[in-house]
Amino acid sequence: MSILRLINISCEKQDRLLFSNLDINIDAGELFFLKGENGAGKTSLLRILTGLSRPATGQVVFCGNNVSDDTNQLDNLVYCGHKLGLNSALSAVENLVYWAKTHKQTVTIPDIERVLSLLSLVGMEDLALKYLSAGQQRRVALARLWLNEKAILWVLDEPFTALDTQTISLLESKISEFVVNGGSVVLTSHQQAKFSCPQRNYILEYQI
Amino acid sequence: MGALVAVFHRELALSFRQRSELMQPVMFFLIVISLFPLAIGPGAEILQRVSGGVIWVAAILSLLLGMERLFRDDFTDGSMEQYLLSSTPAYLIVLVKVFAHWLVSILPLVLLSPLLAMFLNMTWDMYWVLLYTLLLGTPTISLIGAIGVSLTVSLQRSGVLLPLILLPLFIPLLIFSTSAIESVSLQLPYGFQIGIMLAILLFTLALAPAAIAYSLRVSLN
Repeated sequence: MSILRLINISCEKQDRLLFSNLDINIDAGELFFLKGENGAGKTSLLRILTGLSRPATGQVVFCGNNVSDDTNQLDNLVYCGHKLGLNSALSAVENLVYWAKTHKQTVTIPDIERVLSLLSLVGMEDLALKYLSAGQQRRVALARLWLNEKAILWVLDEPFTALDTQTISLLESKISEFVVNGGSVVLTSHQQAKFSCPQRNYILEYQI
Repeated sequence: MGALVAVFHRELALSFRQRSELMQPVMFFLIVISLFPLAIGPGAEILQRVSGGVIWVAAILSLLLGMERLFRDDFTDGSMEQYLLSSTPAYLIVLVKVFAHWLVSILPLVLLSPLLAMFLNMTWDMYWVLLYTLLLGTPTISLIGAIGVSLTVSLQRSGVLLPLILLPLFIPLLIFSTSAIESVSLQLPYGFQIGIMLAILLFTLALAPAAIAYSLRVSLN
């Protein structure tokens, strides 16, 4: 079953054509690994497929509806971009409670504490994020993957950045488990990740 | 509804954790108004004549000072992207954010206004009309200001651009508010000016949230 369809997508940035006429279909239970050099347009493509950016041409269909028109489906999508989406003056728990409420997730504080403990953040739950390292902040952002149990699509832009090897392994396992259980993942990374589920590699060529 | 209450709580929590930023517009407002009697002399009649205009100009400038941070942090840390990727309508989220900003940054200016009215020798009647105009005009300033902020939030140096875009838009408010205060000082009716200000507020309240949400999407694109 198709979860996400990109139809004839083109993107231009600062008069440079990043990519054109892309037609991609992503099914349920598929790991779509997007690769390419710096500047090839991976992040732009991920932003287009979540509806954060508009393509120059084409449309993105998520769960049968245009992603820009139907916002009701957005709570089934988790996006972890370059920016973490966390306020540095708030604690990990506060940030995640706020995120859960705006995304209509039924998550309790003990649920959040359990996930933070899984991500080795015990004792840091109530510290303002500005006191955590970059890797620890990234882990807080990734906690959304464990907390959103309704999600059917994860869009992850360089999720392994700043993480230690132990957390990278944990995340690889979580992504594999999600895909095996029928979830879809679109991922970019310059790291050689090891997943225990099949993956489809797609290379975005740098266009001059 | 729970989502909007969460946004409101978050905004209040952030405001009180960044108290220094919160105090800047209030201090600026107080200082500007305190300077006027020193600059134009203590003549009661002159002070009374200029009082409405002085308080309103100081209020607009103070509001602009604190306005820039309305969406800045959410834009730079990616929280804005997370808002737009939720099923909670973006126009409601921005409306709650603007209301919270008005409550913590602007309401204190309104509450301080009796003291400042005394500095400027306003009569009791003039003070009441000043209060009406501030209560009707400052939410309009917040809403219109938020459109300007959302349009310029992605620009790295938007410092001067924001007042250049916004100040001309505040001219009608300035005219009707000072006209209402002047009318009451001359014992003339002021209902028309207050009615126009109320109409502007309702019109802005209906249209601005959608314009802010759209401008934020454009800035993020």
